[in-house]
Amino acid sequence: MKHLLNPLDFTVEETNRLLDLASDIEKHPDRYAHLCDGKKIATLFYEPSTRTRLSFEAAMMNLGGKALGFSDAANSSASKGETVEDTIRVVSCYADICAMRHPKEGAPYVASLFSRIPIINAGDGGHQHPTQTLADLLTIRSLQGRLDNFTIGFCGDLKFGRTVHSLINALTRYSNIKFILISPPELKVPDYVRDDVLQGFEYEEVTSLEEAMPKLDVLYMTRVQRERFFNEEEYIRMKDSYILDAEKMALAKDNTLVLHPLPRVNEIAPEVDNDPRASYFKQVQYAVYVRMALILTLLDLAPELN
Amino acid sequence: MLNISGIVNGVVLDHIQAGKSMQIYKYLGLDKLDCQIAIIKNVRSDKMGKKDIIKIECGIDTLNLDVLGYLDHNITINIISDGKVCDKIPLTLPKKITNVIRCKNPRCITSVEPHLPHIFHLTDPETELYRCAYCEEKYR
Repeated sequence: MKHLLNPLDFTVEETNRLLDLASDIEKHPDRYAHLCDGKKIATLFYEPSTRTRLSFEAAMMNLGGKALGFSDAANSSASKGETVEDTIRVVSCYADICAMRHPKEGAPYVASLFSRIPIINAGDGGHQHPTQTLADLLTIRSLQGRLDNFTIGFCGDLKFGRTVHSLINALTRYSNIKFILISPPELKVPDYVRDDVLQGFEYEEVTSLEEAMPKLDVLYMTRVQRERFFNEEEYIRMKDSYILDAEKMALAKDNTLVLHPLPRVNEIAPEVDNDPRASYFKQVQYAVYVRMALILTLLDLAPELN
Repeated sequence: MLNISGIVNGVVLDHIQAGKSMQIYKYLGLDKLDCQIAIIKNVRSDKMGKKDIIKIECGIDTLNLDVLGYLDHNITINIISDGKVCDKIPLTLPKKITNVIRCKNPRCITSVEPHLPHIFHLTDPETELYRCAYCEEKYR
């Protein structure tokens, strides 16, 4: 039985097969509408994340299955002190597959040790969020047509953003990708990303989004959170330089993709939403396709593609 | 020089870094054994200047060699049979250690579920880096 706990749990071949399946689902949703008839997904969300939970439930329903679960630890037996181990043993009797979001890092791994059903890590603290990474890969591949030979810029909080670290990690497995890391000095990527992940790859660290814009094929925006700054003045000084607006978009190529893991606060001005290059809402749709493909794969229900 | 008689059957841990023998006594759980144990500290050594030695009158199976390998893989293990050294066991860095060190990451699942074993994997033998099996945090 296979689980998905880390973005790199799947080999490049397995990942590509999953993305192929997701693309086929996008083209022929009707062929997949009943493959999970009678199946159930348990969404165990020990901390609220409406978007991710709904995405998993929608994915299962699109396949003909049903969803059950909780969206807050207060509504679960965890509030009575039940361990993850016991919870998953119980839930294994109710559902065929489980997506778990937990504030503590490694909780889905613990679940996988005791589970009789496949576990999908739907985010564990600041640790991993593999389905977001798969959704990002599918979005880039679908809208750009390839996962190699391009320049991607990551902008904003690169220090604490786990989606950024996971995506960089996943992209280093494809060839000829150049990374431009755009952030204030306080929010640069952690040393381990620079030393362990980016070592040997072409990358540069810059502070100006404007200067980077013309070089980018993909721009991955993230939120710059106020609480990450040492002082208020610094935040006010920095925050505007990392807000994407029409003026900055004018510097970009005609086909640059703008992605964002959402929710956004103010780092992308609403005026950008109507720009055809803004792809962050398409990213949400691709996330559903990739989760459908993942559910089918982990349940061994994926059809052979020609 | 202090004279301590040899053991007839058992294990001698030699070339322990001077001053580390009590730590090894604790981690190996030697306090729970009922046999004769000698801890000798600050023994003069040509190789190390000073070293500690522990002599234990027990079978090798009683000792968790992974713990020993993690604490100091330069320790020499001599198996004594009928008063003579009959075997030496080389120590290596263990690939996995359980319940020897504890994860200090407050966001790790082990911080709220105390019954979970604290498991670490060797992720970089060159720098002797261990990471928590649950949250992947480095152990320093």
